[in-house]
Amino acid sequence: MTSANTTKINAVPTPIPKGPTTRTALRPVEQPMNKPEAPPPAHVQAADFSIYYRTTAAVRNVTLDIPRGHVTAIIGPSGCGKSTFLRAINRMNDLIPGCRATGRLQLDDQNIYGPQIDVTALRRRVGMVFQKPNPFPKSIFDNVAYGPRIHGIRRRSDLADVVESSLTKAALWDEVRDRLSQNALGLSGGQQQRLCIARALAVEPELLLMDEPTSALDPMATDHIENLIAELRGTYTIIIVTHNMQQAARVSDLTAFLYVGELIEMNATSTIFTNPKELRTQDYITGRFG
Amino acid sequence: MELATRKVIDRSFTGLGVFSIVLVAASLVVLLAPIVVRGARAFVFRGTVEHRRLLIERFDRGDRAAAIEEVKQFAARRNSIYERVGAFERDELVPQSRWWSLSPEERARQENLQFYTADFKHCLRELLGPHREIKYQVRDLLEATRNDHPRKPTDELDVDPNKPAVPRDQYGATRWDRATVKLKHVLYREAWVPPATPSADGTPQMLEQTFIPRTTDFAGTPMVALLEELDRDTKEILQPRWTFYWGFLTDASIDSHIFGGIWAELLGTLYLTIGAILFAVPMGIISAIYLVEYAGEHWLVGVLRSCVSTLAGVPSIVFGLFGLAFFINAMHVSPHKSVLAGSLTLAILILPLVIRASEEAIRAVPKTYKEAALSVGAGKWRTIVTVILPAALPGILTGVVISMGRAAGETAPIIFTAAVSVGKPLQIWESFTEPTPALPWNVYNLCTEHEAVDEIRHVQYGMVLVLVLLVLLLNGTAIVMRARITRKLKG
Repeated sequence: MTSANTTKINAVPTPIPKGPTTRTALRPVEQPMNKPEAPPPAHVQAADFSIYYRTTAAVRNVTLDIPRGHVTAIIGPSGCGKSTFLRAINRMNDLIPGCRATGRLQLDDQNIYGPQIDVTALRRRVGMVFQKPNPFPKSIFDNVAYGPRIHGIRRRSDLADVVESSLTKAALWDEVRDRLSQNALGLSGGQQQRLCIARALAVEPELLLMDEPTSALDPMATDHIENLIAELRGTYTIIIVTHNMQQAARVSDLTAFLYVGELIEMNATSTIFTNPKELRTQDYITGRFG
Repeated sequence: MELATRKVIDRSFTGLGVFSIVLVAASLVVLLAPIVVRGARAFVFRGTVEHRRLLIERFDRGDRAAAIEEVKQFAARRNSIYERVGAFERDELVPQSRWWSLSPEERARQENLQFYTADFKHCLRELLGPHREIKYQVRDLLEATRNDHPRKPTDELDVDPNKPAVPRDQYGATRWDRATVKLKHVLYREAWVPPATPSADGTPQMLEQTFIPRTTDFAGTPMVALLEELDRDTKEILQPRWTFYWGFLTDASIDSHIFGGIWAELLGTLYLTIGAILFAVPMGIISAIYLVEYAGEHWLVGVLRSCVSTLAGVPSIVFGLFGLAFFINAMHVSPHKSVLAGSLTLAILILPLVIRASEEAIRAVPKTYKEAALSVGAGKWRTIVTVILPAALPGILTGVVISMGRAAGETAPIIFTAAVSVGKPLQIWESFTEPTPALPWNVYNLCTEHEAVDEIRHVQYGMVLVLVLLVLLLNGTAIVMRARITRKLKG
């Protein structure tokens, strides 16, 4: 039913209640197959969307829908354009000189690359977590309060509330509650990454982009982050780029496979990993290339 | 390549490296040691009774009662010496009007004696002070001029035929090290004589400096006893005592540095440096932000960048001339030389340094900080102010302080725009219109243009020491600040 460029989701996951609170919930989400239901409204919608670095296309004619409240994984070999695609959603690619986009990329009904868009407002709605933990060289409190502060929250008590709730959501509060004034660079790598997640959550985004969030972390810290993703699922739409196929299988509801800038296949994660439609997908997830 | 060869090459690099470091260290020691040792003499020296009198009279500093007592004793000794010289002149010297009555031999002797006596009296005055000024010690001299610049109107009324016009003639030797030199001239007459061995072919030869004992000049007169007494008692008369003269930093100079301190120079240097920093740092940082964050990759930006680099290499005298032509002659920021014009010129001089240092520092801020700030919805300007500048601050500070050292030490740019050789310490508001003495310029001035260079070597070295210490202090402060900020950033 699919061609590479017009993949549609044929099995839409059931709406998920707000994230489970225990780690035992960590397993591939069972996808009830072939249950015809009205698809939930797409949160991010790409149509014939391409990104060029000067003349080379990094992402080519991608068309896909990312549903609200689910975890979507983007997998693919290095250089396939998955990070580029991810960074298009909050216009981070603007930092790269000579980078331009064609086609349509929508957040709800707003054109992300439209002329009317307020990029800072967009980025406030679309939070991002980067490959390497990148806390500011400031105190833990100031790191989390950075976003709220620039969006106009000035009162100390309000900021303290936001910081506490964000750190709690990021499962870091209990570890750092006594040392909020210490420099964030003194935290371990995993804690730093969760701090970055808390910093992103503090501005109350709808969508969280994660660009290989665990690639610089050890297995324990990775486990922490994955649990966290499971907990955030349902509340936030999460798009995660990962090199780690097991991770994609563990945390995501949907998986998109990109290859040389093109979307090869997108489907429910269980389907992709058990019964891929495309040969290239199968080759990739079985480790034959990439 | 063979293992042995590689080892030899490795070692030769190590050896050369160590050698060059040792060379730098040695040259620093060779440079700094004399500066420190000689410069310290401006602060620590054996001050004579005249030094203590000077402090009381000019700065009202020291134990007044004790000093007056001491000065009275000193004046008594001195006056008795001068009276003996006077008696000698009355008794032994024949006034020129009666030379007609003398025999030719007698007349030649009188001619010599008159010359020797005049020379001796001159040297004696330099050692012990002016002939008759007992009145000045007893009278309250604080009423008289405390500061030479400007002379108070009362000075015009304070006409005393006995009072020498300039301070250098009002005091004897205030420092024992100078006094020993003066004493040598009191005891020995400097003469220039042909060399002992004439040249073989009879061509003229350079004269040689010799010192002839005055006891031979005055042989057979009562002056011999006086000379012997001076040789023996000068130390007792002048009463040298080890003195720590901190006023060298905080006193204004008297009679263009013959006495007093370097406050005006120090203050002028501080004004110029701080002024230059005030102008250059904001402009430099803003330019650096523009170049890194806003300018993009247009070819004109490349031209701009190489212009900045070129400016950093322009000789400083060119900036000095530019400052004169532009700020004073064209812009009329002040009617003549002023601290303001000098600061602006120095600011232009250090601007390229500040821009380049800030540019490097901003460029060195990890891109991830910027991404993090942008990703939570901060605008570009917000990101720069709240994240990039704080992270770049240690680097920027280093650049700023290096530029401060440069501005404090530059001579050429202020020659035409700010510096004068003699001037009073300025008030802040005067810096907009008035020129100022400044350490680098006055070091140069003292060793080239001052009329009494030999008398004030200690001031010269003192100034050099203070300038070097000032720059070291600035750099030290920067290193400490930088370390603190870095530690704060690193957590």
